[in-house]
Amino acid sequence: MKIGVPRALAYYAYYPFINTFFEELGLEVVVSDPTSKEIIDEGVEDAVADACVPVKLFHGHVKNLMGRVDYIFVPRLIRVNSEATFCPKFLGLPDMLACSIENLNNMLEVRIDIAKGKRQLFSLCLSVARKLNKGFFKAWNAYRKAKESLEKYKLDFLKGAIPPLGIGVQEKKAEVKLGVVGYPYLLYDPYVSLDVIGKLVRMGAYVVTPEMVPETEKRKYARRLRKMLFWTFSNSVLRTAFHFMETKLVDGIIHVTAFGCGPDFIVDKIMELEAKEKNVPFLTVAFDEHTGQEGVNTRLEAFVDMLKRRKVKEAIVV
Amino acid sequence: MRKVSFPYVGNATITFKKLMNAFGNEVVLPRRPTEETLSLGTKYSPEFACLPFKIVLGTYIEALEAGADTLVSTGGVGPCRAGLYTTLHEKILKSLGYEFEMITLEPPGRHLKELIASIKKLVNKRLSFADYYRIIRFAWKELQLLDKAEKLSHKIRPLEVKKGETTKTYRKCAELIAQARDYKDLLEIEREIELLYERIEKKDYDPLKIGIVGEIYVVIEPAANLEIEEMLGDLGVYAERSMFLASYTFYNAVMDLLRMPGERDVKKLASPYFKEMCGGHGRESVGNAILFAKRGFDGVIQLSPFTCIPEIVAKSILPKVCAKYDIGFLSVTLDEQTGKEGLRTRIEAFVDLLAAKRKHKEANKKGDVVYGALFGN
Ligand code: SF4
Ligand code: SF4
Repeated sequence: MKIGVPRALAYYAYYPFINTFFEELGLEVVVSDPTSKEIIDEGVEDAVADACVPVKLFHGHVKNLMGRVDYIFVPRLIRVNSEATFCPKFLGLPDMLACSIENLNNMLEVRIDIAKGKRQLFSLCLSVARKLNKGFFKAWNAYRKAKESLEKYKLDFLKGAIPPLGIGVQEKKAEVKLGVVGYPYLLYDPYVSLDVIGKLVRMGAYVVTPEMVPETEKRKYARRLRKMLFWTFSNSVLRTAFHFMETKLVDGIIHVTAFGCGPDFIVDKIMELEAKEKNVPFLTVAFDEHTGQEGVNTRLEAFVDMLKRRKVKEAIVV
Repeated sequence: MRKVSFPYVGNATITFKKLMNAFGNEVVLPRRPTEETLSLGTKYSPEFACLPFKIVLGTYIEALEAGADTLVSTGGVGPCRAGLYTTLHEKILKSLGYEFEMITLEPPGRHLKELIASIKKLVNKRLSFADYYRIIRFAWKELQLLDKAEKLSHKIRPLEVKKGETTKTYRKCAELIAQARDYKDLLEIEREIELLYERIEKKDYDPLKIGIVGEIYVVIEPAANLEIEEMLGDLGVYAERSMFLASYTFYNAVMDLLRMPGERDVKKLASPYFKEMCGGHGRESVGNAILFAKRGFDGVIQLSPFTCIPEIVAKSILPKVCAKYDIGFLSVTLDEQTGKEGLRTRIEAFVDLLAAKRKHKEANKKGDVVYGALFGN
């Protein structure tokens, strides 16, 4: 049996788990092709016009899988911890797909609400396995392997690598250190984000993303706002940014976002205001399906140059 | 004395003013949002903020300029981002150099303590229990009356013989309500409102019916939706909206307190298509559209602020649902660039389409009869 996994949205945060789990259950896992012009076009065609690019992309990736697999895995992410939920578009994802894509009849919709932790995660895995006619022991085994593989993935990040982009552990002595914050499905999809991270690394920067900051560090800033954000990924982004600003671990922060992103209009503005207050250089780069290379390149280069000059100046002052 | 101001919420603004006065505060009355308000709000809002966010920010700035030192934000407006909404409004305004205190009225269910603390800050006068009872009963009745006057105006406008009469009557009703001082006044005014509307000369025909669904702020605030209901009424269409302020306030506060996932019907209807509650009013939009279809309406208009997430989800579901229930569908996205003329053209086209559809249906029905007569036994 073949199971299709769309390479979009939550995929980038959890793919080692998802892929390993299904493989260990004995299924053939087919991941949709890396994002390409065709996939974007397919998505744009079917998704509602004012949806953000990541959601359109999800549509495109699902279409990329249609006709070549038995099931298409579509998660409905509700909660993975007790403090926050996900962007409404994650919550309504399967519903949107069902209405927007014609002849889509093999969705394996999985509702993920595991606020209480591991136990719930396992029983969820078990129920998915049962749906696919697999027994308890197979499920248990697959679950354990999947968890291991996700943990390894997370650890790689903490060591300074960016596995989804094929970037190995980065050199610590780089000239500038940059915090690059944004949702995993933008940061780690080099096609939509025009390889922002790759570009920065090639410019000689050491890039730190939210996934590279330990959860315990981020937690410290949970109470920073009078009210917590409602969305898991946004919390991670914002706390990482607070952490950067507080500890001055990086020379500047770049926020990678999607045009028209609902949660980000809040997240971005809060960061911008904080950064101004704390005197940390801050740049926002927004993407949609039409964003061109040149504009982004010039802005990134200008930003990095500015940071370099700033450093020199600071060194003189000291 | 505190100088309190708050977002403009249609005619209910008057009710809030009286409420705040009764609690011993001075009130800086928020202005009805104008183009200026919106451009002020847009100037200081992030580009992708939704329309309600921008309008409310603009209103706050105007109020602060007029001397307010306390802003009360109603957690009820724009629930999907409400809490954060206020946080960001506050941050932006402070960064502009305004000094004030922001008081948020959170829904009572999860934040009862905070709500009480907030209310305490707003009560600056010694009040007995009887006073509270009197004040709240009055405010509640007033909200109900405002909704009633508005509902009647929507019903009667498409039938009016003399154009503009309903609008005039409605303004008069709002004025009467604004002048009410106690509960007894309101009871009298209620009767008067009914009379006033009765007196309007009406045509006798069955107008096209359109249901309005969408995000609450743009649905209930005419200044935000370019007075779409009046526009429809002038075209001879009966427009009914899915949400009203009084029912919303009540519903939200009480249901929240009892932790009841309310509006059962609407949610149940929507659930085959919209399986998850996802904040805002996306799910209600779908459920209400079905409800309108079942009641024999001709069409549904969805009002959604640009970048409003729940409504985008709803928008991808609504066309299919409306097609299934055979009811016309039009989605209107509102942002600071939406112009009244453009909207009117789209609405006119939509109304023409619905009229043609209805004719077609009626003809078909007749056709059936003829067919039966010819070939039946
Ligand atoms: S968080 Fe933003 S980018 Fe992500 S799905 Fe929601 S609206 Fe789109
Ligand atoms: S429901 Fe829509 S318009 Fe209202 S606050 Fe949320 S995003 Fe903004």
